[in-house]
Amino acid sequence: MNAGMMNATIAKLALQALLGRRRFYLLLAFPVLLIGLVVLITALTDGDAAYGVLPNLGFPLVLPLVAILAASSVLGPEVDDGSIVYLLSKPVNRYGVAISKWVVALAATLVAGALPILVAALITGDSTRAVALFVAAAVAGTAYSALFLAISAVTRHAVIASLMFVLIWEGLLGNLFSGIAWLSIGQWGLRIGHAISDELPDPASLPYAVVASLVVTVVGVWFAGDRLRSFSLRGEA
Amino acid sequence: MSTLVLDSASRWFGNVVAVNDVSLTIGPGVTGLLGPNGAGKTTLMAMMSGFLAPSAGHVTLDGQPVWRNTATYRRIGLVPERELSFGYLTGRQFVRANADLHRLPDAAAATERILEVVDMVEPAGRRLDTYSKGMRQRVKIAAALVHDPAVLLLDEPFNGVDPRQRMHLMDLLRQLGDQGRTVLFSSHILEEVERLARHIEVVVSGRHAASGDFGAIRRLMTDRPVQYAIRSSDDRALAAALMAQESVRAVSLRTDSLDVQVGDLGSFAASLPGLARQHDVTLFELSPSDESLESVFAYLVAR
Repeated sequence: MNAGMMNATIAKLALQALLGRRRFYLLLAFPVLLIGLVVLITALTDGDAAYGVLPNLGFPLVLPLVAILAASSVLGPEVDDGSIVYLLSKPVNRYGVAISKWVVALAATLVAGALPILVAALITGDSTRAVALFVAAAVAGTAYSALFLAISAVTRHAVIASLMFVLIWEGLLGNLFSGIAWLSIGQWGLRIGHAISDELPDPASLPYAVVASLVVTVVGVWFAGDRLRSFSLRGEA
Repeated sequence: MSTLVLDSASRWFGNVVAVNDVSLTIGPGVTGLLGPNGAGKTTLMAMMSGFLAPSAGHVTLDGQPVWRNTATYRRIGLVPERELSFGYLTGRQFVRANADLHRLPDAAAATERILEVVDMVEPAGRRLDTYSKGMRQRVKIAAALVHDPAVLLLDEPFNGVDPRQRMHLMDLLRQLGDQGRTVLFSSHILEEVERLARHIEVVVSGRHAASGDFGAIRRLMTDRPVQYAIRSSDDRALAAALMAQESVRAVSLRTDSLDVQVGDLGSFAASLPGLARQHDVTLFELSPSDESLESVFAYLVAR
């Protein structure tokens, strides 16, 4: 598995799938609302109240939701209705298909998820903190998009399964049990961001966070490719 | 010239057997894969196109396994039954993407050439979601043919296509077969297969029921015993007269009709009106009671 397996045609089609569907507006709405909210709170309140939106809403919710939308848009519908056979009935390496689709999902997650977090954090001041949060979001977005791509390759209920991971595992249980930080993509990202700014939390060890993020990313994309290698069409029987 | 071979191929899903020990060889020319809905045609097609692993047996193209072997797609063009969900692309963009995925040296020229072959040059600039069923079908065929494959597999290509476009598609497939390509299409409609394929393979309930020249299979089908229900002014008199006919195998009286089992359809059909007139019986109704395609197939399997 390497970058040379990237297929420009698959990536272009994935981008068209992302931009050509109505979901795209939903994808666009998240960053707009996030930045709008931060601007509004900055204008109405004094002090650092606006920043609170980012670690409490932007990072744990908007970022993974954007990653879910992006990953499921580049792969989900085609797997669901079987029309991915048009892409797969070609002499193209299927890991390459997975990598190309992941690159597009990642780019969308960075542009519509991580970048707005940077912009919003800059509005609240403290550029070091803003950069740290952006790095955290970029790292988490990378692992999220790979994980959600893998989920899209195995189940028709990818959006629900991914949402449950984010809302129940990372959100609800993550708040109740601090140990879940060791198995939470968002927390790994924050730990890496903590290396830049102390204002971010320190939930796990840095080397662990780096390795874990890397492993989820590589295994996620590889797994999606492997599922595509065995992609089956079921007959009506 | 390419040959697709199924060697004792079976496929089951859990404890449902979709394809049961099918061996067949598909060579150059047009072959029709005929069977009722649910017979396992789509499962067979999926195995032949590398989108399903056989549970047992082998599926090979020119000796190479098809499953998990993306290199075989250089020689295969696949027209799936699935709808195109790339509605946001124009016909030209879609065909071009297929050409690019095959890394054709001159993808643009190949795209235009094949759009011309399927007669879709003029609407190629419009989005796929504005196309009629027949147009989508032709674009799918263009996409499958753009890399000039030796084998073309089409799953129910005429479903929902209007008669005029159907003629056009059939002419196209016939030409492709005459060029020495291996063309296999599936259908559940006898007439479609009859008009296009010289060679047919019949599958029923996951089994390979018959194979060969269409004429021979058609004869098998038309020569089979057929059941008719007749209503007339005097069923009993007609029954007696019918029983004397060589073409009639059995007659049974019902309360208001007559069931007749016929061995030789042709001479029965020719003699019935004369027979009725001779015995002064008026025929009210004559209807085949088992003319469904399923009963034809059932006969082939039981044979």
